[in-house]
Amino acid sequence: MARVTEIHVNGTRRQIDADAERTLLSVLRDDLDLTGTKYGCGEGQCAACTVLIDGTATKSCLTKVGAVAGKRVMTIEGLAPNGKLHAVQEAFLEADAMQCGWCTPGMILGAVALLEHTPHPSDADIVSGMNGHICRCGTYGRVVRAIQMASRNGGRA
Amino acid sequence: MRRRDFFAVLGGGIVVLIADDSDAQETGGGQRRGQREATPQNLSAWLHIGETGLVTVYTGKVEVGQNARTSLTQAVAEELRAPVANIRMVMGDTDLTPFDMGTFGSQTTPQMWPVIRRAAAAARETLVDLASQKWMVERASVQVADGKVTAGSHTAGFGEITNGQKLTKTIPTSVALEPAAEWKVAGHSIPKVNGREMVTGAHKYAYDVCPKGTLYGKVLYPPSFGATLSSLDSSAAEAMPGVKVVHDGDFVGVTAPDPFTAEKAVAALKAGWKPLAAEASSQDVFAYFKKNSRDAASTSNLTAYTVAYIAHVPLEPRAAVAQWSDNKLTVWTGTQRPFGVRSELAGHFNLAEDDVHVFMPDTGSGYGGKHNGEAAYEAARLAKAAGAPVKRNWTREEEMTWAYFRPGGLIEVSGKVNPDGTLLEWEFHNYNSGPSGLQTPYDVPSKKEQVHQSKTPLRQGSYRGLAGTANHFVRESYMDELAHSVQMDPLEFRLKNAKNERLRNVLEAAAGKFGWKSRRKNPGRGFGISAGFEKGSYVANCCDVSVTAGAVKVVRVVAAFECGAVVNPDHLRNQVEGAVAMGIGGALFEHIDFAGNQILNNRLSRYRVPRFADMPSIETVLLDRKDIPSAGAGETPIMGIAGAIGNAIFDATGQRIRSLPMAPGKLGDASSSAPAAG
Repeated sequence: MARVTEIHVNGTRRQIDADAERTLLSVLRDDLDLTGTKYGCGEGQCAACTVLIDGTATKSCLTKVGAVAGKRVMTIEGLAPNGKLHAVQEAFLEADAMQCGWCTPGMILGAVALLEHTPHPSDADIVSGMNGHICRCGTYGRVVRAIQMASRNGGRA
Repeated sequence: MRRRDFFAVLGGGIVVLIADDSDAQETGGGQRRGQREATPQNLSAWLHIGETGLVTVYTGKVEVGQNARTSLTQAVAEELRAPVANIRMVMGDTDLTPFDMGTFGSQTTPQMWPVIRRAAAAARETLVDLASQKWMVERASVQVADGKVTAGSHTAGFGEITNGQKLTKTIPTSVALEPAAEWKVAGHSIPKVNGREMVTGAHKYAYDVCPKGTLYGKVLYPPSFGATLSSLDSSAAEAMPGVKVVHDGDFVGVTAPDPFTAEKAVAALKAGWKPLAAEASSQDVFAYFKKNSRDAASTSNLTAYTVAYIAHVPLEPRAAVAQWSDNKLTVWTGTQRPFGVRSELAGHFNLAEDDVHVFMPDTGSGYGGKHNGEAAYEAARLAKAAGAPVKRNWTREEEMTWAYFRPGGLIEVSGKVNPDGTLLEWEFHNYNSGPSGLQTPYDVPSKKEQVHQSKTPLRQGSYRGLAGTANHFVRESYMDELAHSVQMDPLEFRLKNAKNERLRNVLEAAAGKFGWKSRRKNPGRGFGISAGFEKGSYVANCCDVSVTAGAVKVVRVVAAFECGAVVNPDHLRNQVEGAVAMGIGGALFEHIDFAGNQILNNRLSRYRVPRFADMPSIETVLLDRKDIPSAGAGETPIMGIAGAIGNAIFDATGQRIRSLPMAPGKLGDASSSAPAAG
């Protein structure tokens, strides 16, 4: 079986030894201890496992690790590398856009990608752009507010 | 933890132990116990001020997303007058915290919150005593504020005052507390204390815990409930490198060095199963409930409503890591009842409870769905056989099959009303779904309200608000039916039959904010109202729905909520909004389909939960009653929304929907609506 021996995560080349068929989600969590990326459904329905691959929000539970060779993966751990929170993270705190926090890393990375693509989204843009993300605690309205807040603050760290 | 252990574990300082009220009464409430060697029984929290000034509070309550960690921190900050940053909460660790029944029933705020305030108040008074002795000043001249103790020109941090002390103090829970009107930290919106860990992904949930050398466990479940194992060929799995198969009666599991191998190993097991005949399916379960109750109602003019089984879908499924060492068991797991899980595990493995340590990291939600230790037991069984720590993370399908569900129910109701709208009679029978919120908060001279226990074909258990949603949905829908029967406005009808001031207040607040009296009917739009009471708090909802080609969309919701003195307004709003959002799922589309002892929709591609696009605009009106002790808020705000939506659908279409969910497919589509009761 094909093996993958290196992936590029959060600005660093990481040595791994993983079956290429394994999910990126599992490799991040189980091999690299990057547990900020969450499992929620394993079938791309909840987006808790969202990471950025070359800047695009991607569901890591549906992505084989063999498919990310040569690409740049960013997880939630890479968003505030020097401890300074990204504008979207700040906005989520400000809007209290979470309860249990399980969906939060995926939501935040989804929002970062959305703002990259649409720096000044309408509420409707946010709803359609983020509709793949489930927050079972129901903080949706606050997430919309947080993304608007981050947009006003420039959307970037 | 024994008293003499406190200082060994915590370092020097002050420890305040709080006994619960029953304990205080036994020893004459109000008296101080003085120092004793034995730790008093029934301790419900303790608080430590260390020599660095750090305040640590120990409670068996847990954080499941409801922000108890923050609200309990506020209780300490308020009474101890210490900055939030100097306060740490240790929660749900059975080795470190006092016993607690569990975090459910909206009890953290009414019960634990005042206990912790008392601990903090007692600690503050002890600091005053120590400062007055140290500085030889009048006790009355000593002030505690901003984490400092001062008297005239003297000033010191808490750590300095407690330095060199090893002082324990036990007080009954009857110590007087600051009135809500004087609160400076409580009653205000302080941010989530561990929010930064959530937004950076740093928080380690049970699903994320993985001590060095941990193996991954997987369990082979039967293809249907109740099936028994008739044969097993595990040779292919056992031939895989690093795989161990554990077979004990009907339990079959594997351990492997990584989750991928564990999955492949389980798939390689060849098992034969003897199925159990199914007693009911989601199509005929409502008749089944009535048939299997011993005391079914004989009244003939009852109107039947039904409520489907639904799943909690905590976004973090059940997870546990178990580690054995010298016949002692340590488990990390996400549960609302760490001490309950400890008892379960002690029972399963015939251990003393002290030999089981359950640690509960703040969990990825529960909603009443994480009371038990299923994953913990599996992990512990596998770890024992493997001789290594084992991690057992449930998949979504496992969570939606082998956990438990909110009970389904059949509810039958009837009522009589005068032409002027005065309620005369009320009869209400709940089959299987449960007693929460059963009793009407309206005034009725003659009423009969009964719960009829029945058999359940599915494993059922707690859910946010328990049967409160089912009972409120039926009551508020039927109240609407009665209002229409006498051509009365639904708000006026409720107010006419509600003497309770707090109930009237939330109704009027919701209606006022919504603009109920000036609402204007448009085609395809409808307005609904509902109210209710449970667990010490009151809720009223008004909503505006649109129905287009049978598709229901909730456009706007106003939620008025009153739970006594508000502890954290923004977090309370968040709870109310979240309850409305979650309630929309159960109201409109969530339902578990089952037949042949199998769950047919145990994944998110087949089980719809509310999403961004399902959200109405939600406006929350909080009625802050500083004269009433604070009650919990995690549950009651979910109870009224289904009734309000159903009443709005009736307003829009003239169609009265008497089943939850109300729009599993589209309205008017008979094939997808729940069947009538038998």
